[in-house]
Formats: sequence, C-alpha cells, structure tokens
Amino acid sequence: MRAEIPRFAITLAIVIGVLLWAGAGGGLVWDPIYLSLRVAFMAMLWSLVMGIGFAVLLTWKKLPGADFIDALINVPLVLPPTVLGYYLIVSLGPESAIGRGIQWLTGSDLAFTFNAAVVAAAIGSLPLVVRSIKVGLESIDPSFPAAARTLGAGPVRVFFTIMLPLATPGVIAGAMMGFARSLGDYGATMMFASARPHDNLPTGAIAVIDYIVADKEAAAQRMAITMTVVGVAMLYLANRLTKRMQRRA
Amino acid sequence: MPESRDLVAKVVLQRSADFSVDIELACPPGITCVMGPSGSGKSTLLAILAGLQLPDRGRVAIGDEVWVDRGQGIEVPVHKRRLSYVFQGLALFPHMTALANVKYGMHHVPRPDREATAMSLLKRVGAAHLAHRRPRTFSGGEAQRVALARALARSPQLVLLDEPFSALDRDLRKQLTELVRELIAEAKVPLVHVTHSVAEARLLADRVIRIDGGRVVAQGTPDEVLAGITSLEE
Repeated sequence: MRAEIPRFAITLAIVIGVLLWAGAGGGLVWDPIYLSLRVAFMAMLWSLVMGIGFAVLLTWKKLPGADFIDALINVPLVLPPTVLGYYLIVSLGPESAIGRGIQWLTGSDLAFTFNAAVVAAAIGSLPLVVRSIKVGLESIDPSFPAAARTLGAGPVRVFFTIMLPLATPGVIAGAMMGFARSLGDYGATMMFASARPHDNLPTGAIAVIDYIVADKEAAAQRMAITMTVVGVAMLYLANRLTKRMQRRA
Repeated sequence: MPESRDLVAKVVLQRSADFSVDIELACPPGITCVMGPSGSGKSTLLAILAGLQLPDRGRVAIGDEVWVDRGQGIEVPVHKRRLSYVFQGLALFPHMTALANVKYGMHHVPRPDREATAMSLLKRVGAAHLAHRRPRTFSGGEAQRVALARALARSPQLVLLDEPFSALDRDLRKQLTELVRELIAEAKVPLVHVTHSVAEARLLADRVIRIDGGRVVAQGTPDEVLAGITSLEE
C-alpha cells in the first residue's frame, strides 16, 4: 500500500488542478458538483456495507444458489438505468409496502429526495463494489484464516482481524469504483430521485443535460471535463490496487 | 489404556473416487513423525486432526476430551480445540508484527500479561529482536522461529507441524529441530510432525508412523520403522 502513496498524491494533485481550472473565473457552477460528490460519498458508504456483506456471502463455498444470487447482484450492470429506476420506484416508492414502511418509520417518503439519489447510485454501483471486494477476499491465502482458527479465533474474529485487513486493497478499490460510478449516475437517479433531488438542484450528470438544453456549451464542457477527470482518477487508483491484489494472489 | 494426554484417532475419509484415508493412531506426549511419499494422505490427516476437514467416520480424542465422534454427533469446531498448527508456508499474518502474531492465540492469558508472555516466548525461540517487525522482512529461519513461538503461545494440548522446515538448509533445520525437541519436552504434549526427511525423523522423532495410500504401513520407534531407509520417494 505504501508504494501507492506517491501515485495517490500525484493523482490528487491533478484532480485539484482540474477543479481549479474548471472553477476559474466562475466558469463552473459548483453546487451540482458538490451535490454529486455528497451523493456519491453516501452511496459509496452504503454500497460498501452491502458490498462487503454480499462478497462474503458469495465467497462462502456452501452458499446454495450462489450463481443465481451473483447474477441478481449484477443485474444493474445489464439493465437500462431507467428500468433500474423503475424497479426502485415500484419496490421503494410511496405506493410500495417497503415505501409505506419507510414513510411510517421516518415520517417522509424516500422517493424524489436526496436519499433516493443515494439509493439509486448505491444500487447502480453495487455490482462493481461486490466484484472488487470479492477479488480481494479470494486473493487471500486460505492458510491465513485456517491458521487463525487453529489459534482459537471464531468466524467473526477471523473476519475482522484477518480477512478484512488482508482484503483492504479490494475494499478500497471497490469504494473508489463505487464512488466513480455513483458520481455519474443519471438514469436511475432521474427516475427515482427526480431531476432536482435536493434543494431544487441537479446532480452534475443531470446538470450537463440542463446546460446543453439551455445552450450553455462552455459550462457543459467544464462540468463534463471535471466529472471525467474525477472518474478517471478514481478508476486509475482502483486499477492500481486491483493489480497489487492480483500480484499478491 | 492410553494416558490422559494421548492423542487417539481413528478416522476414515473418502477424499476422491480413487483415494481414501483410513488411519488409526495413538500418539503419546512427545514427537511422532508421520512420513510417507507425496499424496499419501499426510496433510489430509493433519487437517482432520485439526478439524479443518471432517472425517466421514471416526473419532478424534485428546486425553478425555473428544473432538470428533461422528457416531455420537460430536464435532468440536477448530477454534475451540486447544491445538497449534504450523502450516507448511507458516501462515504468519503479514499485516501483524511478530509480537502481534504470537499474541493472537493468547486469549487464555489475561490481557495485561499477554505482551510480556509473548515476548518471553519470542526470547525462548531466539526471535526477540523481531518482535516489532513484520513477516515480510524475516529470513526463512526467523519466520520458523516466530511460527514456533506462536504455536506454543496457545498452550496447546496438541501441536501439528506440516513440513515447516522443508525449505531450510541443513544446519538451520538441525538447530530448529533441536529447539522443537526442547520445547515439546517442556510442554509434555503430543506433537505430530509431517515430514519427508528421513534424517529429520531420525533426529526428532520418539515414534514414527509411515503411511502410504492413506493407510498406516508401519509404526514404531525410528530405528524399527526407518531401518535401512534413506528416502521415502522411491
């Protein structure tokens, strides 16, 4: 991990440089970017929690129907984003049983809110996060958890003291992929959270469309380049970490 | 009647269509070397004794404590058996220091005493200078010493060694086998040591069990079992 620190620092410097360029002279409206970053960060946390759970489940050799569960988790990769958004409205919207349960528990609907944008982005990025953490877990030499068990560690202690620390590059890579994917979510967010999910603001991805429709070519360009650079930086760092895991395996 | 610290096992496992393990053994405190050619079932036997693999039939007991009895439906999980297993690759946790590796299995020791106990074990095996270093910086011999300290830190009722010295040069191997002998004589527990090396078995073993094709073909003292044998891979 330590060898990656200079690469991380250079990548971060490039991202900051591009952000400064994009914002120079008021050329970029920051609010959609800021909203996208907040949505992507929250979605990343949720997809990490779910992703670790599903990755552990899928690496369990005795899991019945593992291939089917794997296929279900990967469905967001192959579905049109609008269809994913439609399923989210049907399953979590105000007319659904879960949606009514959320309304009863929290006093407000989930759909068409900031949290809906988070859920849409988290579900959309889940396959990438699960895949990356699964690679991380599978790259661990099986003698490590076996040794921990012979040293008196039960399954929970083995997971938190051996498996999770050794899968850290996979977890971090998964978090970065999840963040990058969430940053660019459009279709599912539009369907489940609307074009203005928070304080009447669009996310960065939606703002690009708004600018094009409003004939603001330069603003659309700066927004597009900013989101591209942040996304590429995340994927580059995720690739580096994945390579390290593959070398270790 | 076996003594109360003896390992007594009778296990059957159909590992694949054309290979099964069917072994009965009794190991008193001291060192028992299990020998046999590659694929004879030595590592499978260790995995069964440790609980990492469940036999189809049979019983494993250490003294009065039954770890597995398929007939009675007894299956003590691996982490509840007080044993130590030194794997062929040693399996020292790479993200922990030598000291943390040794402390990992010391849940039976009160928390405030763990560090001092772990340090004294590292000193005992000549590895105190490695306490705050991580395994990737160890030489082969240093890693073996830390692995031995970690194995003994658990105050085990049974120690299992799966060819941990196979990659070492002769002098280092001799040093470490002597250290194992000393440590096991102090601990007074059975140690089952899988090895290919006839010389190592002669040097280390109180008893030798030779297995082939998943069956015991000879057992007794090293002189009885290894008379006239120089290699098992013939």
